[in-house]
Amino acid sequence: MIRFAAIRLVEIMAMLVLMSFVIYALIGLMPGDPIDLMRSADPRMSTADAARLKALYGLDQPLLLRYMAWARQALAGDLGYSRLFAAPVWQALLPRLGNSLLLMGPSFVLAFAVALGLGTAAARRPHSRLDAAINLFCFAGVSLPTFWLALVLILVFAAGFGWLPASGIATAGSSDIADRLRHLVLPATTLILVSAASYTRYVRAAMREALAQDHIRTARAKGASEARVIMHHALRAALVPVTTILALSFGGLVSGALVTETMFAYPGMGKLIFDAVMGNDYNLALAALLLATAVTMVANLAADLAYAWLDPRVSYR
Amino acid sequence: MNVFRETQRTRRCIAPLVGLLASVAMTPVSAAEHDVLSIGITQFPATLNPSIDVMAAKSYVLGAALRPFTVYDAEWKLACLLCTELPSIGNGLAVTVDLPEGKKGIDLTYTIRPDARWADGVPVTTADVRFTYEVGRNPQSGVSNAELYRRITGIDVKDDRTFTLHVDKLTFDYAAIHDFMLLPAHIERDAFAEPAQYRLRTHYNTDPTNPGLYNGPYRVTEFVAGSHILLEPNPHWAGPPGRFRRITVRTIENTAALEANLLSGTIDMIAGELGLPLDEGLAFAKRNGEAFQIIYKPGLVYEHVDVNLAQPALADRRVREALILGLDREAISQSLFAGRQPVADSFVNPLDLGYTGEVPRYRHDPARAEALLEASGWRKGADGLRRDAQGQKLSFELMTTAGNRSRELVEQVLQSQWRGIGVDVRIKNEPARVLFGDTLPHRRFELAMYAWISSPENVPRSILHSSEIPSAANGFVGQNATGFTSTEMDRLIDALEIELDPNARKTLWAEAQRLYAVELPSLPLYFRSDVFILPKWLTGVRPTGNQSPTTLWITDWSAQP
Repeated sequence: MIRFAAIRLVEIMAMLVLMSFVIYALIGLMPGDPIDLMRSADPRMSTADAARLKALYGLDQPLLLRYMAWARQALAGDLGYSRLFAAPVWQALLPRLGNSLLLMGPSFVLAFAVALGLGTAAARRPHSRLDAAINLFCFAGVSLPTFWLALVLILVFAAGFGWLPASGIATAGSSDIADRLRHLVLPATTLILVSAASYTRYVRAAMREALAQDHIRTARAKGASEARVIMHHALRAALVPVTTILALSFGGLVSGALVTETMFAYPGMGKLIFDAVMGNDYNLALAALLLATAVTMVANLAADLAYAWLDPRVSYR
Repeated sequence: MNVFRETQRTRRCIAPLVGLLASVAMTPVSAAEHDVLSIGITQFPATLNPSIDVMAAKSYVLGAALRPFTVYDAEWKLACLLCTELPSIGNGLAVTVDLPEGKKGIDLTYTIRPDARWADGVPVTTADVRFTYEVGRNPQSGVSNAELYRRITGIDVKDDRTFTLHVDKLTFDYAAIHDFMLLPAHIERDAFAEPAQYRLRTHYNTDPTNPGLYNGPYRVTEFVAGSHILLEPNPHWAGPPGRFRRITVRTIENTAALEANLLSGTIDMIAGELGLPLDEGLAFAKRNGEAFQIIYKPGLVYEHVDVNLAQPALADRRVREALILGLDREAISQSLFAGRQPVADSFVNPLDLGYTGEVPRYRHDPARAEALLEASGWRKGADGLRRDAQGQKLSFELMTTAGNRSRELVEQVLQSQWRGIGVDVRIKNEPARVLFGDTLPHRRFELAMYAWISSPENVPRSILHSSEIPSAANGFVGQNATGFTSTEMDRLIDALEIELDPNARKTLWAEAQRLYAVELPSLPLYFRSDVFILPKWLTGVRPTGNQSPTTLWITDWSAQP
């Protein structure tokens, strides 16, 4: 297993190097640059100023040279400066990462907990009314556009009843934790509803398959309680395919949720990555996207390692 | 990106829900309670340094926190904010000087208001003027618009308050020094120790709540990147005091969410400078207009269709005239924008000092449009479309910025109206950055609908002078994307820049507008309007329609019972 993990880690490193170039090249291939955008906002900005600023920001250099310069800097531990946030990359990234983890982490855990409960309940009584109701919830959650759900929640709970704030991370000038939590409720609810609906379908399918296995029938025949059958025997088997889905979703913890963040004006990683890519902020976009890529790949490696624990038949060569 | 377009499409479905809940949401609050104000805008400033980067959000926030020397006010007249008097040749504060090679320059004397102080109590002095000039002149400092600093060849300081700028070019707007935004030397000097690092180390980035950075009626006391900026009164401000204890400028980029936040009371108003587009503002007014005061202000954003004059059919002036005669722009403005966007006859806004109404006006006249097309050899076929003698169809590609719903709607009307006179138009839209970053500079278009942003009496050098045609030779810079070449227009532009006599300048402006309206290098559509959605209790907000944000006069804002 150690050899397997070591090889995968080397693969991950190679993939990150490759990805860094691909991301850099893709952003570079987009037409226009930050100075062109600046010029379109200021009709009085002269051609000479545009040329001077392009040189100052290094935008007059060929793409490959710019990438090599970035790579040298990055290897020395300096991820550079974010033009959009007017701050060093880490200084721009860390508060957003913190905000995203605060929103996405609990949402992820709660969505999975809801999905586990609903999926298991539906799998135990397939084609029952309960199963139909849970299926309806799943289809609604998967089908409803996130922005629409977010808007409805804002209109009902912020505009309509006035119970919760409609946007932002905190009231201006407030450092109250309760205020911060109140600002999390609506975006987190949006994410939980959408994610739980999706996860529930996987859990239900995996659990149905697991409950149909011979060893479950044997366990029941041996007189094991239903709770033990579910928790000890079926759930473990059902978690193998679900783990793959969760691992793939794990990257979302650091890549954020663009639509939800935009609708709730929540400054998280999703919006940061979007703005960085659209604003040609190479340094910031690279750091954020590579971080998301790395987390996703490491989560996949963790999932691969977890398979052996969940299913003793799995071995690593 | 698709998600946002989908947001717009679905807005109509959400509208009834918004309306229903609005009645629940809007509970009147007495004016006496309004000592705080929350403003919603759709953009967050990357930096608050007044000299680095150009962003409307930055101008909006700094309008309340930093005084420029000069601005254009709501009457589009030049006004002093940080200075005591505008220099003019009449009052002797502006003196023309002869320079080598027959050039003319000008010396301008300004005096800083005696009561001006930074919010840490330090007086604003000529030391700040010298420092700002030093930063502006340094090519490494990252100042975005350095044209003014290049023109200033030197500064003479008379005392702590009075200084003279020596400018090497005499232009009609010599007294306007909007771009000379003072930087506090006592705070920023250390950040400028290495000029190339200044844009990274400026305290406006590293310590944006430092009171010494602001000299306006308010100062920034909280800066949460991407979320909000909190403004509180500057204790050392000597002018009329601001009426609000706290002002929060909150960024909500999605306009549907911006509306919902307004209805929920999270924000009190939506700024017109960075708020809802007109069509959304009109829809909002229909649903909730009674609960708010809504101001529509037409401004300097000029929507038009650029015509690529390199395209053989479009090079024929008669075809261009037929295209504009085939459009019912008044009906478009009425039906899509409730008449709030005045139809344009040329690129100059009727509020501008240079405006003349004596230009050819193209009212909807499809019969004349068809006659012009016939005369230029484009005959109508059985399918209703026109072809030339070789059987080639009169067909154009019309582009605009993809995802801009207003423009996409207008585009469809243009297509339909032009089809009525036998012109086939195919719509091909591109994302804004592709259109502006690639297609227009390389002149790879036939018809392109977009807007020019200008300032009062803005001489149209960049858009109409022949030296500004983008080409491989000049690295595809310049904004004359139509390829308009006219020695007469070049002469008028050159003369406009240096003519000091207002009457003579007005004549030049009139000639330039007439030439533009006759030659039609682009087809004028209308001047875009901003929508200001304000609470009923707020008074004193006066939209300018020009680039000066309303926040420059924030001390006039107050809550009324």
